[in-house]
Amino acid sequence: MKSSAMRDLMALTEREDVISLAGGLPDTSTFPPDSYASLMRTVAVNSCARALQYAPTEGLARLKRCIVDVMRAEGMEVDPDEVLVTTGGQQVIDLVCKTLVDPGDVVVAEAPTYPGAVPTFCAYQADVVQVTMDRDGMRVDELESTLDELERTGRRPKFIYTVPNFHNPAGVTLSLERRRELVRIAHERELLVLEDNPYGLLRYEADPLPTLFSLDGGNFVIYASTFSKILSPGVRLGWTVAPRPVLEKMNIGKQASDLCSSSLSQYFVAAYFEAGPWHEYVRSLIEIYRRRRDVMLDALAEHYPREAEWTHPQGGLFIWATLPDYIDTTDLLARALEQRVAFVPGRAAYVDGRGGSSMRLNFSGVNENQIREGIRRIGEVICEQVALYGTLTGAPPASDSTRGAAGSSAQTEPAAPMPDAELAKILRLPAKRKRAG
Amino acid sequence: MSRVAVLKGGRSLERQVSLKSGARVEEALARLGHDVASIDVGGDLVDRLLVERPAVAFIALHGRDGEDGTVQELLEVMGIPYTGSGVSACIRASDKVLAKHAMRDDGIPTPEFYAFNETAFRELGAAVALPVIEERLRFPIVVKPACQGSALGIKFARTPADVPTALVAAFSYDRKVLLERHVSGRDLAVSILDEGETPRALPIVEAVPREEDFYDFESRYVIGRTTFVCPAELPDQVAERAASLAIGVYELLGCAGFARVDMMLEADTEELYVLELNAIPGLTETSLLPQAADAAGIGFDELVERILDRAGEGG
Repeated sequence: MKSSAMRDLMALTEREDVISLAGGLPDTSTFPPDSYASLMRTVAVNSCARALQYAPTEGLARLKRCIVDVMRAEGMEVDPDEVLVTTGGQQVIDLVCKTLVDPGDVVVAEAPTYPGAVPTFCAYQADVVQVTMDRDGMRVDELESTLDELERTGRRPKFIYTVPNFHNPAGVTLSLERRRELVRIAHERELLVLEDNPYGLLRYEADPLPTLFSLDGGNFVIYASTFSKILSPGVRLGWTVAPRPVLEKMNIGKQASDLCSSSLSQYFVAAYFEAGPWHEYVRSLIEIYRRRRDVMLDALAEHYPREAEWTHPQGGLFIWATLPDYIDTTDLLARALEQRVAFVPGRAAYVDGRGGSSMRLNFSGVNENQIREGIRRIGEVICEQVALYGTLTGAPPASDSTRGAAGSSAQTEPAAPMPDAELAKILRLPAKRKRAG
Repeated sequence: MSRVAVLKGGRSLERQVSLKSGARVEEALARLGHDVASIDVGGDLVDRLLVERPAVAFIALHGRDGEDGTVQELLEVMGIPYTGSGVSACIRASDKVLAKHAMRDDGIPTPEFYAFNETAFRELGAAVALPVIEERLRFPIVVKPACQGSALGIKFARTPADVPTALVAAFSYDRKVLLERHVSGRDLAVSILDEGETPRALPIVEAVPREEDFYDFESRYVIGRTTFVCPAELPDQVAERAASLAIGVYELLGCAGFARVDMMLEADTEELYVLELNAIPGLTETSLLPQAADAAGIGFDELVERILDRAGEGG
């Protein structure tokens, strides 16, 4: 569990006067209020009593047909009967743990992993084993050696948790080759994989890759997704498609948790998808988020010191930046908050205290000017700390200024693709060590 | 029975603790029959006070603004009596460097220390002096921000190589930090409740970390990793000495109402060393002052009432 001091710090990131690059928020201000009003009116006129009533635990049939359409857009064919509607994608993680995990059971996750999954894994007392990532996502060679090692001690993971597309928080995407490898491993070892794919449709460059679910054919992959990023997190609706025995247990688990997800939300979302142009709305989001990603990448190049490195996501909502190991991003956040800007310290994405010099930056939740200003402010405090460390150790940093300062970066390194080329290094885990306190 | 404004929350790093302290105080005040106005301290504080027109303010704020004299100064200007210490005591207590200098000058034992502003390192080359400091304080050295009440930013440096990293971290919280000799031993908290002419020391609370060979400062804030014993099992003369030191610091800094004094009982020497005084200690379910009061037979409502009774004496 995270320390309460860390939680206290994170609570301050929600202050109104803070430019928060800490959230995972889509920009819901892009949704037209007129459409919202008209959809709600449709629900009221056509389905008032039913929208105010309980829904089936597995979800409304109408909504499940919409989900089939969304999955088809990512190259998957499923039957509506195979779908379980959930209260956000988060509930899938919870239900999978509830169904499969007993205290002490091993769950394999990426390093770093989705920060929101960490408290869920901890709540079920899972023993989380994290596997390193590089620019091509989870290192499957390390996964295999980890599984071998676990097997030698008689331990078998209950499932492997992965976010293959535009990883939260790392921003990287699992390569096609590794997707095939991962599915092969799952088949050979008969291991379940939880594929969490909230961002797959938010791709800003390059061609889409097949999901693990489609490569697997529905044997070992539990698929999870959500309406949060393509429509609204406020509707709190996600879904899962899983091998039948697992799905049945998850259904029972969901009955115990909340009986059903909000009927009102389900009718609203069904009305929205049935009205037609949801692809257009997703395309409009892609345009907005691509620009914001580019603005953030440009701002990072301009304002972060040359000692910093970061990922170049092809989609999704996050960039993962890594600073020199003498900077602790939890402490840095305190100073950043003074400058009214926030990010997520990297430690939140690990279960064992690693990730201390990394940070997750979100580019979807605030506008371009706020991104520029937010990154400028964070860059300023990082530069101050880099310079301070230089004076303390008597070894001035490689440069006193940021990469973007006139001419400074061109002298020692190639200017443009630098962050991308260094991805493997960025995601390399720093050696585990006990914190000083 | 009067109209009491409870000031809580605020923008300090201890906002969450303060919200809990404040909520608990509000419940107690309501049970005691007071008319409570709850104020989450922000940019509209003065406006809210003008609208609410409280007879007295109960300050349940911790950390920056709330515990350092800022809010107290505002209440002075507005003529609203408030609980706890006055402006000058808050300023002295919240700045660990000022407090430690006052203690040292007065002969109250406090661990040896050196304190610097960031400018000393940036502009005066203070880094060159670090080896001298390290030699005098000996490792491990504790590095702390001067004005930060919680565990955030407090670092242990075990070797010379740890010191720059610890300093960079501590400077994240304040422009002034101190390097302090680490006193290895028992971690004691002496709560003070002012009851008229003489402040009274409540039963001592000892924080016992679960992992005895490795004391992680964060563990004291994580439920389950530290256990609290009250009253601490101490020889009478040690307990008396701790109480008298705590009252000495309380009076030296000019506190009023209540406070908590943190100190260490060094294992090797059996000497007591005062670390700091908290002018507004936590009032949550797990906080130390309420535990100490409880051990003295003073329930939470009574504690709140007694603190409220002495409002206005700090200024």
